[in-house]
Amino acid sequence: MSPLKRVAYFFGLPILLIVLWWALSFGSTNFFVPKPIELAQTLWTTWIGDRFVEDVLPSLGRLAVGLFFAIGLGIVLGLLIGSTRWLRNLLEPLLEFFRAIPPPVLVPLLMLLIGVNDSMKVAVIISGSIWPVLLNTVEGVRAVDSVLNDSCRSFGIRGFARIRYFVLPAVTPQIMAGVRQSLSIGLILMVISEMFASSSGLGFTIVQFQRNFAIPEMWSGIVVLGLIGLGLAIIFQFVERRVLHWYHGLKEITHDS
Amino acid sequence: MTVNEPTKNQPVETVPMLSVRGLQKIYAVPGGEVEAVRDLTFDLAEGELVCLVGPSGSGKTTLLKCISGLMEQTSGTVELNGSSVTGPPKSMAVVFQEYGRSLFPWMTVHANVELPLKNQKVPKAERAALVDAALKSVGLDHVPKSYPWQLSGGMQQRVAIARAVAYRPQVLLMDEPFAAVDAQTRADLEDLIRTIWKQLGVTILFVTHDIDESVYLGERVIVLSSSPTVVQEDLKIDLPAERDQLNTRALPRFMQLRSHVYAEIQRAKLGPVTEQITAQRRTAVK
Ligand SMILES: Nc1ncnc2c1ncn2[C@@H]1O[C@H](COP(=O)(O)OP(=O)(O)O)[C@@H](O)[C@H]1O
Ligand SMILES: [Mg+2]
Repeated sequence: MSPLKRVAYFFGLPILLIVLWWALSFGSTNFFVPKPIELAQTLWTTWIGDRFVEDVLPSLGRLAVGLFFAIGLGIVLGLLIGSTRWLRNLLEPLLEFFRAIPPPVLVPLLMLLIGVNDSMKVAVIISGSIWPVLLNTVEGVRAVDSVLNDSCRSFGIRGFARIRYFVLPAVTPQIMAGVRQSLSIGLILMVISEMFASSSGLGFTIVQFQRNFAIPEMWSGIVVLGLIGLGLAIIFQFVERRVLHWYHGLKEITHDS
Repeated sequence: MTVNEPTKNQPVETVPMLSVRGLQKIYAVPGGEVEAVRDLTFDLAEGELVCLVGPSGSGKTTLLKCISGLMEQTSGTVELNGSSVTGPPKSMAVVFQEYGRSLFPWMTVHANVELPLKNQKVPKAERAALVDAALKSVGLDHVPKSYPWQLSGGMQQRVAIARAVAYRPQVLLMDEPFAAVDAQTRADLEDLIRTIWKQLGVTILFVTHDIDESVYLGERVIVLSSSPTVVQEDLKIDLPAERDQLNTRALPRFMQLRSHVYAEIQRAKLGPVTEQITAQRRTAVK
């Protein structure tokens, strides 16, 4: 696909929907229905400036720290649990149990344990977004190829070298699939962690707008969240293409034959 | 038809490079046991190129895994240079049948060949020289930056061979390395093995189910019976050292030897033989 065509595909449907939205809401006087042009103006006036520094950036910072630890811990623990059979057998039912707990219910608990501060919010993000990475890594380590494993063993590739050159790259496709899920869970939890007993942040601000019937501002906050999600997806794709170029190449070839 | 005396029970003066004694492997499977290998005994002298031929399911892979220390045998011993093999020995390299699954798809050809050397902390300059020489010896010095999956099956197997060659093992084990490549490529790769063997003086145990391949490649052919497996025959291949696909395969002696191995394998299919019957048959063949 040519670059021009790609850009057209990327923006085509969103532009069409915005035009449609504009046409449908043109004559509307309903206070709760936003209009595109006004929304764009509100977006600009509400979020650019002080609020960006005081609410958006701290939220993004907590999200970044939370995701960093969730992904890092998920990979490290996943490698450890996946490569130790007794640990895996011991922990797997427990991990599935923790994964099944909806993370928002942990917010009040973590508030009690940690207090109402940044650490609590980061802990909420970690507690929810670690599971896809962790469980996918465990599953991936369990499924490493037996012939590659024998190759490593016969060449005496053991311990850290084995993890670095064999297990970690072999598991990267599963890790990335887990990370993709973790990103969206992390974003949701970033908002939720700010809705309880908080005084700043994106989630807090959006709820404030809603309570004060600042409906256009509320909508604009939702758009900001959408844009952050989009940004995460773009970064993810960029990174994924880099680290998994071999995987996509391999898949393309096996699908052709 | 005349065939050499089996070398099996001849006394060996020096310590053999590889010595397999009474090897047995029983797999535990759900609801019972499978005896893949019953009783295998043979030696490889230093620098020998020996082919091991047996029908599918006769336990060839099982045997190689025991020899290479990847799997524990049920009973019997494997000795490398006089010392017992209990885990993968440093001086042994294995080339597997599944070339598509034995190279790292996330590494380039060069990195794949280099990894075992890197792991052994071979200095960088020496490593580069070894990798380049190995890739050259298998005729792949033009694709070091390619990924394995971008290459044909035959080329991938060459990479695996280059990796083993660069590692400079004393013993090279190969498990049906050419079973999954096309006939032309296969012929080229067979010649490549003999060239490498002559160049490096490495001891090679080459496993195959292909009778012609075993006779063409080997200086000696060990014929396995079907499962439960024993050594059916240990045959010296007295073909000229210089072999080529057209002429060697057309030699009357080649035909004789391959027919003999074929007959042995057919006979093996009738079931495991007792020593007595073997002895009778051998007299008859002479
Ligand atoms: N991991 C295993 N568990 C149980 N049985 C096995 C296993 N591997 C091989 N076998 C059995 O052992 C026999 C020999 O197998 P194998 O060594 O792969 O033979 P070959 O390589 O000569 O084809 C076969 O009957 C096979 O089914
Ligand atoms: Mg096999």
